[in-house]
Amino acid sequence: MTTAPAVEEATESAFLAAFDAAVAADSRIEPRDWMPDAYRATLVRQMAQHAHSEIIGMQPEANWITRAPSLRRKAILMAKVQDEAGHGLYLYSATETLGVGRDELLDKLHSGRQRYSSIFNYPTLTWADVGAIGWLVDGAAITNQVPLCRCSYGPYARAMIRICKEESFHQRQGYELLLTLSRGTAEQHAMAQDAVDRWWWPSLMMFGPPDEESGHSAQSMEWKIKRHSNDELRQRFVDICVPQAEILGLTLPDPDLRWNEERGSYDYGDIDWTEFQQVLRGNGPCNEQRISQRRQAHEDGAWVREAASAYAAKHEGGAR
Amino acid sequence: MNRVPVTAAIALGDDALVLAQRLGEWAGHAPVLEEDVALANIALDLLGQARTLLSMAGDEDQHAYLREEREFRNVQLVEQPNGDFAHTIARQLYFATYQQLMYSELATAQSELEQGGLAALAAKAVKEVAYHRDHAVQWTLRLGDGTPESHERMQRALDALWRYTGELFQPMEGLPVDLPALREPWLAAIGEVVARATLTMPDGPDRTPWAAGAGRQGVHTESFGRMLAEMQHLHRAHPGASW
Ligand SMILES: [Fe+2]
Ligand SMILES: [Fe+2]
Repeated sequence: MTTAPAVEEATESAFLAAFDAAVAADSRIEPRDWMPDAYRATLVRQMAQHAHSEIIGMQPEANWITRAPSLRRKAILMAKVQDEAGHGLYLYSATETLGVGRDELLDKLHSGRQRYSSIFNYPTLTWADVGAIGWLVDGAAITNQVPLCRCSYGPYARAMIRICKEESFHQRQGYELLLTLSRGTAEQHAMAQDAVDRWWWPSLMMFGPPDEESGHSAQSMEWKIKRHSNDELRQRFVDICVPQAEILGLTLPDPDLRWNEERGSYDYGDIDWTEFQQVLRGNGPCNEQRISQRRQAHEDGAWVREAASAYAAKHEGGAR
Repeated sequence: MNRVPVTAAIALGDDALVLAQRLGEWAGHAPVLEEDVALANIALDLLGQARTLLSMAGDEDQHAYLREEREFRNVQLVEQPNGDFAHTIARQLYFATYQQLMYSELATAQSELEQGGLAALAAKAVKEVAYHRDHAVQWTLRLGDGTPESHERMQRALDALWRYTGELFQPMEGLPVDLPALREPWLAAIGEVVARATLTMPDGPDRTPWAAGAGRQGVHTESFGRMLAEMQHLHRAHPGASW
């Protein structure tokens, strides 16, 4: 009887060794494979936050669907917002492979126990914001997410491959929208510049706190959930954006931006981490609005979901 | 080549545009994520139809953004506010059933007018609206035969929108489809779904008694002006700009 825990421990350490070897060999961990509890918990937290970001992220852009200034742009924007809903769906399904259902995660989002990306706590004030979000926010998301296509957890990696393809469409469409505005009338150009002025710094914050302050990073890197540090990805993003801004004919609102020959990268100014912390804590311009719209939609839809389950229960197995 | 029947293209185009605009208001507010996807899908199909149709009559954006309320020729049904999910579904059921019947006729119409491009549009649209109708039917069944609350809401929605359905079957100039003749098959199709959903067919008047007419005559309901104001304001604020 005293041997049971010892046997369990031995099995557990054998499993752990197999897991570590699989991660080291860059093979994928699949839902049926054994995995450490902390690995599972980290994945659930990260994937849930990602899924929540997709669905909260629909709001700032959906804000402009009814006002899009041409039918072509309306169609592009509708399709984009629809894609984001689709991304939410893939990601919630991917978390289901870890035994956590969508309802449970939505509860946690609605009650503030799980987060979504802080970038969506900023408002879309003009049409140009739709372009700035596509170019900068989807752009930053791609920079963050491309490495996730090689994430050690199979279902997450596969969802990311699909998502990244669509995000790069979004990025190009946003860029093209801004280019049209920038080369349009003086008012349109000013609208584009103003949007870039407001979205640039929050976009840089999307990569998370600087490396020396990032809590979860080291372990996630070891598990190959994360493959590059926050600062590395942020630098990569800046280096991509600067030449694109030049083609756009728009200025990035950072007087310290300049090419550093030695590093082969652009230097950039200090990020206001107080603002980041404040928005993260719930004090951003739209935190309250975003979460209450989400809750409202969920509550308003309760009777619909109840009807669907009641109907399914009545007609289970039978012809409809 | 025959000329595109402009009046018909505008009327059908306005129907599709206005309904797409209404469905677009759902984005981010749907009762489940799957419905955010589905409603956007339907809206996108309709917007595509609208763009093809309005382009047959000239510049799509000029038609969409620079006409006044009284110049729009859509039926009043499609401009009705979304209301609760049941109202949206009832509007979809009525309209998609009509569109399916109308576009199937149009797709097979051997009229010379098909050279105008309507037949090609109809061939594509008929597949799209079959999905729209199926979506509406499935939800009508779930809501009608779901809980007492959903049953009551669905019945209320069917009743409330009934008065806008008669207009769908007015004859339309330039359209090689006998619209009044579609009323019977439409009633039968709706009746069948309503019965399966354990609901009752509405029995009030199905059209306005007002001599001024309705949507096809450019006479709309009060909320329509506000919808257009929202849709058009940015475009109108920058005359001549391209987007
Ligand atoms: Fe996305
Ligand atoms: Fe995106």
